[in-house]
Amino acid sequence: MAVKTLTIDDKPVSAREDQTILEAAREAGIGIPTLCQLSGVANLGACRLCLVEVAGVPKLLPACVTLVQEGMQVFTNTERLREYRKMIVELLFAERNHVCAVCVANGHCELQNLAIAVGMDHVRYSYRFPKLEVDTTHEKFGIDHNRCVLCARCVRVCDEIEGAHTWDIAGRGAKSHIISDMNVPWGSATSCTSCGKCVQACPTGAIFKLGATVAEQIKDRTRLDFIVTAREKKQWVG
Amino acid sequence: MDLSDLQEIAQKENAAAKPMRIRCCTAAGCLSQDGQALKKALDEAVAAEGLSDKVEVVGVGCMGLCSQGPLVQIDPDGPLYEKVTPADAPSIIASLKGEKCKARVGDPTIPFFSKQVPIVLENSGRINPERIESYIAVGGYQPLCHVVREMQPLEVCDLITNSGLRGRGGAGYPTGLKWATVAKTDAERKFVVCNADEGDPGAFMDRSVLESDPHRVLEGMAIAAYAVGASQGYVYVRGEYPLAISRLKTAIAQARRLGILGTGVFETRFDFRVDIRIGAGAFVCGEETALMRSIEGQRGTPRPRPPFPAARGLWGYPTVINNVETLANVPAIVRNGAEWFASIGTEKSKGTKVFALAGKITNTGLIEVPMGTPLKTIVEEMGGGVPDGGKVKAVQTGGPSGGCIPAERFDTPVDYESLAQLGSIMGSGGMIVMDEKDNMVDVARFFMEFCMDESCGKCVPCRAGTVQIYEILTKIREGRGKPEDLEVLRELCDMVKQTSLCGLGQSAPNPVLSTLRYYRHEYDAFITAKSGKAEAEANA
Amino acid sequence: MTVAPPEKPAEAGKPVAKGHPSGDNRFKMLEATMKRHQYQADALIEVLHTAQELFGFLEMDLLLHIAHSLKVPPSRVFGVATFYHFFSLKPQGEHTCVICMGTACYVKGAGNLVAAIERQCNIKAGETTPDGKVSLITARCLGACGIAPAVVLDGQVAGYQTPESLTEIVKGWMS
Repeated sequence: MAVKTLTIDDKPVSAREDQTILEAAREAGIGIPTLCQLSGVANLGACRLCLVEVAGVPKLLPACVTLVQEGMQVFTNTERLREYRKMIVELLFAERNHVCAVCVANGHCELQNLAIAVGMDHVRYSYRFPKLEVDTTHEKFGIDHNRCVLCARCVRVCDEIEGAHTWDIAGRGAKSHIISDMNVPWGSATSCTSCGKCVQACPTGAIFKLGATVAEQIKDRTRLDFIVTAREKKQWVG
Repeated sequence: MDLSDLQEIAQKENAAAKPMRIRCCTAAGCLSQDGQALKKALDEAVAAEGLSDKVEVVGVGCMGLCSQGPLVQIDPDGPLYEKVTPADAPSIIASLKGEKCKARVGDPTIPFFSKQVPIVLENSGRINPERIESYIAVGGYQPLCHVVREMQPLEVCDLITNSGLRGRGGAGYPTGLKWATVAKTDAERKFVVCNADEGDPGAFMDRSVLESDPHRVLEGMAIAAYAVGASQGYVYVRGEYPLAISRLKTAIAQARRLGILGTGVFETRFDFRVDIRIGAGAFVCGEETALMRSIEGQRGTPRPRPPFPAARGLWGYPTVINNVETLANVPAIVRNGAEWFASIGTEKSKGTKVFALAGKITNTGLIEVPMGTPLKTIVEEMGGGVPDGGKVKAVQTGGPSGGCIPAERFDTPVDYESLAQLGSIMGSGGMIVMDEKDNMVDVARFFMEFCMDESCGKCVPCRAGTVQIYEILTKIREGRGKPEDLEVLRELCDMVKQTSLCGLGQSAPNPVLSTLRYYRHEYDAFITAKSGKAEAEANA
Repeated sequence: MTVAPPEKPAEAGKPVAKGHPSGDNRFKMLEATMKRHQYQADALIEVLHTAQELFGFLEMDLLLHIAHSLKVPPSRVFGVATFYHFFSLKPQGEHTCVICMGTACYVKGAGNLVAAIERQCNIKAGETTPDGKVSLITARCLGACGIAPAVVLDGQVAGYQTPESLTEIVKGWMS
């Protein structure tokens, strides 16, 4: 595998040619904000938070799906990018009903962390206040659509790692929403194996363990990592 | 099937033609104006006058001037009749015997017709789109026969490259380059896709071409397939176009029966099969990666490019995706040569472009003009300006991805680069003329509502950003806007444009940005004036 | 995009036959379509088109039947069926009035047509009257810009409409 050298924020970095800018940056200790990205499942390039500037390329590129190239000069934290990221996070907060104070994930939420990281102090856009459901029909877990950011991580872990494909997205545009099976309550979704991977994958408090109260829902991403690594390296074989 | 067979079919077809032909438009626009009944009435009148052995009534495709439809043309050298009703039929037929005709006579020498340079539309309104023989009679499928029997695939790519043909779907990517990329990629399978998901409201040239000359598109696809090494093609057509779908189905069946499509095209070792995929009402599926997902039976959400379809397309295989009009140019380029095509148009934009004129304009319909024709010529001369002496205010090009060009800029030649400079785009070629009564904030809001509804919802800037832009525009329109809202609006538009995943989101702010650029005062009027006054002014 | 009803508005409004699928001839026709596509998952949209033509709309049982036949997860079938505006999960009215809201029709006053019918039928665009007589639908662009504003009345395109001409037609449907 050929190795490429590039610079990220003026820091010389080397990476394998099959690595993305995001992977190379993380290895070099450079943080790029992400939301829809989740190690072990396919990258979507949907949240647009990991957009970076590359010298000589007029468009912004999503770091999670852009492969490194020899001589690339990547800038991950320009004034322009910081402003766009802040706006994206504000849009997410305005889109649904994210009330941290009563959320199970308060203090352990990726959206909340992002807001702090991008320096969001208020939301410039009008809150949409959509009327959305909380589905607690499953015996172990619940889904609160008010806190969903439509990152589709649950859809991907369920399909790609668990192989159940209980979740999918229905509707489109602002009316997009997560569904289980044929739009039935989660508790009636016969394809669900109750494995709980979606709970761990969800970046916010949208999917949670029943019984968790405010700030109790801590997501353990290492469990997913463990399964993916074990599968890829065939650790369960012999 | 080979060249001599084609020539034989053409000879037979021409020999069977009766001395007089009455061409009657049977494209969707005229059909909705009682076109079917008109054709029947003409047929009956011919029989009643005992002229059946001398005169034939031919249902043809679109003749272009939709606002005067249904149109009827008498060949050879007879008059053109406009707004013909079934009741006019006996009089038209009687006029063939020298009686005076009561139907309204049109003027075929007006600039609307005389300034056109038809390539894509050369057969539209002339041949019967439901008979392959009619297409073969005008030389159809000879270019394909020549290509598969006499040319190497890369020679075909070179020919298209040298012609300077660029994608007519909007972005203007060089077609030859696209083909060559796929041709040079090694793969077990390759695909050719014809993008007939003409989603831009106000553009209807692809529908018209499919309804009027479907074989031309199939021939273009087959040539593309031979050039890149594909053996399977798909036409992705909007479900809103039932007539185009049915004519395309007929055309595919006819071409297969003659051995022009299918296994062993023109008795060579080249196989090419074409299937139709019908869209289900999603504008975003005009975006090529979304279109491919839709063909694969999934939600039509776009994915980041690269990889481009030429590298990873349908089911992961290299895929050429061309728009209807692009493919319809191909047979003409093969027949007449790259130099001929390159001699038409401007330095960077070669050939012609079909435009759909609609809105507040006298002559609505389709025109085909050389690239670089000034907007003034198109709108004022050919289109005839606003009916009833109104004044043209702006022309909207490129649909929801384009912008409004004010009348002061009408000396601009229409090509990819000039329109981009004005903050609009060529798009697929829809031109909606607006007059003084049209408020530009309303227009911007109309398009933003469109983009908001058509956003697939995958990426945040487009899904949530369009909602907020629409909200701000509504606020301004209702007289609740504040001066600082314009700054938030501009920032949001910039962000959505720069950060969205696909072309829909990246161009969604264009109508707002272009109206802000040229008609800022109309926004200000709603904000500064008291709401009631602004409302009154807008509605005055 | 919302749109014209299927060419043959096949018994629109009638619920899908319950009981054994083979008892309903429409299921045989659906089966034939799926077979022609060799039950490939990627034929999902084509199959949904056929199902809607046959049954008028897509009921949950029907979607489940398709999901099982094509071996596609039910959530994906639902996701696809709700992504495309062509597919309707609810029965359509006896008559459908599709008003084109493309740009050309918009500048020629299509908005007034929608408002007139909304007022006349007391429903919003996208809805069906409670008595199941009339569905009002808006379309993106019918490509009939030359005869704007255009509408599709029970599958037939009609151009140059005015609020008066259109309400007159719909009045006939409602009586």
